[in-house]
Amino acid sequence: MNPIRKRRLIVISLIVLAVGCAAALTVFALQQNMTYLYSPTEVKAGKAPMNSAFRLGGVVKEGSVHRVAGTLTTDFTITDRFQDMPVQYTGILPDLFREGQSVITTGHMSGGGFTATQVLAKHDETYMPKEVADAIAKAKAAHKVPATAQGGGEQ
Amino acid sequence: MIPELGQLALILALILSGLQCVLPIVGAWRESKPLMATARSLVVGQFVFVAMAFAILTYAFLVQDFSVAYVAQNSNLELPWWYRFSAVWGAHEGSLLLWVLILDVWTLAVAAFGGKLPEKFYARVLGVLGFVAFGFLLFSLTTSNPFARLIPAPMDGVDLNPVLQDPGLIMHPPVLYMGYVGFSVAFAFAIAALLGGELHSSWVRWSRPWTNVAWGFLSAGIVAGSWWAYSELGWGGWWFWDPVENASFMPWLVGAALVHAQAVTDKRGGLRAWTLLLAIFAFSLSLLGTFLVRSGVLTSVHSFAADPKRGVFILGFLAVVVGGSLLLYALRARFVAGGKPFALASRETLILIGNLMLTVAAATVLLGTLYPLVGEAFNLGRISVGAPYFGFLFMLLMTPLVLALPFAPLSRWGKADTGIWKRALTRIVGLAVLAGIVALVLGARGFMPLLGVTASTYVIAGTAFYAIKRWKEAPAGRRYPLEMAGMLFAHVGVGVFIAGAILTRSLSVEQDVALSPGETAHVAAYDFQFKGVGETQGPNWLAQQGTVEVSKDGSPVVTLHPQKRTYPRGQVQTEASIHPGVFRDLYVSLGDPLGNGAWAVRVYDKPFVRWIWAGGLLMMVGGFCAAADKRFRLRREAGQPAPEATPALPALPAEQNA
Repeated sequence: MNPIRKRRLIVISLIVLAVGCAAALTVFALQQNMTYLYSPTEVKAGKAPMNSAFRLGGVVKEGSVHRVAGTLTTDFTITDRFQDMPVQYTGILPDLFREGQSVITTGHMSGGGFTATQVLAKHDETYMPKEVADAIAKAKAAHKVPATAQGGGEQ
Repeated sequence: MIPELGQLALILALILSGLQCVLPIVGAWRESKPLMATARSLVVGQFVFVAMAFAILTYAFLVQDFSVAYVAQNSNLELPWWYRFSAVWGAHEGSLLLWVLILDVWTLAVAAFGGKLPEKFYARVLGVLGFVAFGFLLFSLTTSNPFARLIPAPMDGVDLNPVLQDPGLIMHPPVLYMGYVGFSVAFAFAIAALLGGELHSSWVRWSRPWTNVAWGFLSAGIVAGSWWAYSELGWGGWWFWDPVENASFMPWLVGAALVHAQAVTDKRGGLRAWTLLLAIFAFSLSLLGTFLVRSGVLTSVHSFAADPKRGVFILGFLAVVVGGSLLLYALRARFVAGGKPFALASRETLILIGNLMLTVAAATVLLGTLYPLVGEAFNLGRISVGAPYFGFLFMLLMTPLVLALPFAPLSRWGKADTGIWKRALTRIVGLAVLAGIVALVLGARGFMPLLGVTASTYVIAGTAFYAIKRWKEAPAGRRYPLEMAGMLFAHVGVGVFIAGAILTRSLSVEQDVALSPGETAHVAAYDFQFKGVGETQGPNWLAQQGTVEVSKDGSPVVTLHPQKRTYPRGQVQTEASIHPGVFRDLYVSLGDPLGNGAWAVRVYDKPFVRWIWAGGLLMMVGGFCAAADKRFRLRREAGQPAPEATPALPALPAEQNA
C-alpha cells in the first residue's frame, strides 16, 4: 500500500470511528430521555412501564381536584372518558390547570396511582394537545364507540 | 373598505414579487440590461405595497376594527394601545406579514447597498429574494389572509393571549425575524453564485456582513425570547429545549458555523463548497423553523397556531427551496475549486473543528426535535424527547469547541505555529485554574460550579491573551479592525454565557412553599417574609398581588410584588416579581391560594442568570461590529472582478482566482 493510500485509510477509519461514536452516543442519549405518552386506558391495560417514567395525558376530571390542606400536594383524576387514573402532584400547578382541561403529566406509577413530577397545561385554553386528542380518540376506538366530537377541544 | 385596500396591496405585492423573481433572473441569463434593471424598481414597489398592507393592519388594530377577523381574535376594547401594536404580530397571520415585511426590508437594503455588485450577480440575488417573498406572500394570501372579514362584526374582540401581553414580546418577534429572515441574504448570494457559475470566492466577501448582521439579530431575538420565558412563563426557566426554541436555535448554530466558514473562504479561498452548503442550510433551517412553529405538527408550550393546510403549504415550499437549492448545489458545486492547502495545526483546522461541532449540534437538535414526528408517522408511539437529551449532547459537543476557541485566533492561517500554543496554553490554563481556586476559597462547592468558573475564565482569558498580543504586535491604529473587535466581543460573550448557563444551573435554589401571612421562607441566604395578598388593577386586568419582604441577615433587601392577573375572558396569568442583580436574581411568583390567606409561593434564588443574556448580547454586538468593518464595503465598479481588500493579517499572498 502506498503512503497516500495508507494515510487516506487512516483518515477514513478515524472518520468512521468518530461518526460511530457520535451515533452511539446520540442513540444512547435519545433512549435515556425518550418518554412515551399513554392514556389512562392504556395504563390500565398494562401498556405503560411500571418502573420507569412516562407521560400520562388526558382531561382533568370534573370535581376531582382537591388539595391536601396546608401543603402543596394536590390530588386529581385524569380521564380519557373511559378510564380514570388518580394522580398526585406536589408543587405549583400551571395557570391553565383547571377541571375539564387537558393536561400532560410526567411521572411514574406508585401503588395504584400516578405520581407526577411535572404538569403541563397549554397556553391556549381552547387547544387540546394533539397527543391528548389522539389518546382520547384511541380510547374511543378501543371501546368501539362511534367517533363523535369530544367537545370543542380537538383541533 | 380600508382592509380591502390592504388585501389589494398584498395581491399587488404578490404580482410584483413574482416579476422580481422572473425578470432579473431571465435578464441575467439573456444578458439583457433592461430586464436586469427592473429588479431595483420591483423591489421598491413590492416593499411599498407590503408596508402599506402592514400599516393598514396596524391601523385596523388601533381603531379596533373588529370586522377584520384577525383583529377580532387578537384584540379587544380594553387592550392598551401599546399592545395593539404588538398584537399585529401576536398570532399567525400578522406574524407572517411581519416575516414578509422584514424580508422586504432586507431586500431593500441589499438593493440599496449592493449597487456596486456585478450587474448579473446583483440581478440574480434580488431575483432569488423575490422568489422567497413570492412564496410567503402566496402562503399569506391563500391560507392565512390577515384581512379576512368577520361579518357581522362583533361588538368586542376576543383578546390578545395574556402570555403575550408583556413588554418583552413587543420586540421579540421582530428581532428574531430579522435574524431568521436575514439568512435569506446569504442564501440568495449562494444561489446567485451557483446560478451564475461564478464560483470564485468573491460572493462570500459580499455576503459576510449580511450574515453577521442576521446572526447578531438572531442572537438578540433568542436572548429576548429566553428573557421573556424567564419572566413571563412564571417558572423561572430560561431555556426548555422546546421545539419552538429549537426552531430558532438550529439556524443560530448553523449561522455561527457559517460566519466562521465565510471568514475562511473570504480570507483563504478554502471551504468554498462547505460555505455554500452552510448558507443553504442556515436558510432552510429558518424555513423549517417557520414550518415547525406554524404548522402545529409539534406540541410545544408555544403552540399558538395549528392548521394542517398551512403545514402542507410550508412543507411544499420547504421541499422546493431545499430540494431545488441542493439540486443546484449538486450540479454546480463540483466546479468549486478548493482553496490553499493548510497544515494540521493551522487556524483553518480549528475553525473546521468548531464548524463541525456546531453543525453536528444543530443535527442532534434537529433529530431530537423531529423524532417525535417520525415516531408518530411510523406508529412507534407518542414520544417526547426530554431536555436532558439535548443538554447532554450539547455539552458534549461544545466541549471541543470551547477548548479550541481561544487558540483559533492565536493560530496562523495555513501554517502550523505550535510555539504560540504552548506559551498561551500555560497562561490560559493557569488563569483558569487560579479562578477555580478563588471560587473554591469564596465558597463554591461541587464539580459543576467550579467547571463553570474555570471554563468561562479559560475562554475569556484566552481571548484577552490574543487581544494583548495584538496590542503589542500591531501598529497603533491598526490593532483592532472592527472585524477583529467583533470576534473579540463575541468570544468574550461565549465565556460570559458559559459562566451564566453553568452557574445558574448548578447554584440556583428553587423552592415551592406554602406560606401563610407572616410566615417566612429561608432560601439560600435570604429570608422571604410573606405579607399576604391584596387586590390591584391594571388597564385590562384585575390582579391578586402578594407582598413579599426579602431580607438578608435581618437587613431588608427588597419588597417584591408577584401577581396573579385575571384578564377579561377569565384567563389567568402569573406575573413573577424579580429583583434583578448582576450576581443574582431573586424571583418570587404566586401559585394557588390554599385557604385562610395562605398561598403556594415559588421562591427562587438565581445566581448569575443575567450573565446568560449578557453573553448573548455580547455575541450580538460582535456580529454587528464585525459587519461594520470597512473591508466589506464595495469599492469597485460593477462588472469588475472581486476587490481584494488588504488582508487583516500581515503577509498573505494574493488569492489565486478559481
